[in-house]
Amino acid sequence: MSELLGQTPSQTVGPYYTLRLFKEGENVLVPPGHPGRIAIQGRVLDGDRNPIEDALLEIWQANSAGRYRHPDDHRELALDNGFTGFGRAITDFETGEYIFETVKPGRVPDAEGAFQAPHISLIVQGRGMLNPVFTRIYFSDEDEANRDDLILRGLPAARRGTLIAELVETAVYRFDVLFQGEDETVFFDF
Amino acid sequence: MSEPVIRHYGPKAYADHPPFSYPDYRSTVKRSPTHDLIRIVQTLSETTGPGPAWTEISEEDTDLTTNTGTGSPAIGERIIVTGRVLDENGHGLPGTVVEIWQPNASGRYAHWRETEFPAPLDPNFVGVGQCLTDDHGGYRFTTIKPGPYPWGNHPNAWRPAHIHFSIMGPSLGTRLVTQMYFPGDPLIPLDPIFNSAPPHARSRMIATYDHEVTEANWALGYRWDVVLRGELATPMDERDD
Ligand SMILES: [Fe+2]
Repeated sequence: MSELLGQTPSQTVGPYYTLRLFKEGENVLVPPGHPGRIAIQGRVLDGDRNPIEDALLEIWQANSAGRYRHPDDHRELALDNGFTGFGRAITDFETGEYIFETVKPGRVPDAEGAFQAPHISLIVQGRGMLNPVFTRIYFSDEDEANRDDLILRGLPAARRGTLIAELVETAVYRFDVLFQGEDETVFFDF
Repeated sequence: MSEPVIRHYGPKAYADHPPFSYPDYRSTVKRSPTHDLIRIVQTLSETTGPGPAWTEISEEDTDLTTNTGTGSPAIGERIIVTGRVLDENGHGLPGTVVEIWQPNASGRYAHWRETEFPAPLDPNFVGVGQCLTDDHGGYRFTTIKPGPYPWGNHPNAWRPAHIHFSIMGPSLGTRLVTQMYFPGDPLIPLDPIFNSAPPHARSRMIATYDHEVTEANWALGYRWDVVLRGELATPMDERDD
């Protein structure tokens, strides 16, 4: 086996990443009036539970039919025109709130031949973060699917709730990302 | 053709990356996880990623000395920064988006955040660009050598000159944001962000001066390769394509 090249170390995005990594509208994945449109909003909170005012959130998700727009996913499911499944949002410098407008993804296969509960992959970065953190957003109105989800089932019961976005009004979910403490969001390594 | 391809990426080599909390860089202390990360099996959600879709909708914008559209060139030392985006197995990654941002020659970012650093803005320099890698993973930018700038981490703290790089790669886990530094910069050993990387891996963030890249009467050349996580090696006959 040949020797691997060393990975280039991660560094923080710093305070000025919005110059390149966020443009107005990149947090809106579907246009107004799109069937099944939902909003996911929340805050990113530090170890003192102060809102992080300059966090970058990136989401990656399947479309509502459960298909990823990616060359590895050639399942015979519809792709939506213009729906990339990728979005970027930043937390508001004053309020700390972020918002994504998208659709709830369909179910995608798990590692054992069944289906995962609907979920969105989330990467969080920011000033003061030397590495990205990877987590997942699940949905509170998918109780049954969540109960069967291999990844949720693999978590300590007390921490599962940190990955579940709460339906707070019609088509609006709330999902906070918390660093540190008992209620810290589950972050993944894979 | 209806079955998805599930690749198997090697792990993020945490021993080659900074820790989440690095107290010399003060703001990491409250912005880092304290529970251990939870290891999960890679599914289609992890082995796919936004890179290819992002490539589809991104355009080349590789000359930062002229891309403000003012018609006048930016002020400062014109440089060429080129190299390859590779995976750990040494394969170039074609068609991936490389996004960069940086301050101007005076060390000032064209950003709305307030700063106490009275360095001038350059109306002909915004400091952002992007490149789609070629068939061999190659990228190339023409830009201005960024200046060092002060920051509030500790008394008289200065960031060494650097260019921020963001790369998606083919999967969710290949996502990398890093910084490229310049050889011989005396501020490098004083910088807690640079030093947050483990000692054996730090030099991977420093570009090399390359006279072959330098263009006569035009610009000095620097070369810098970026290495992302790669697929685990499998024998060729086990591959399904
Ligand atoms: Fe910077």
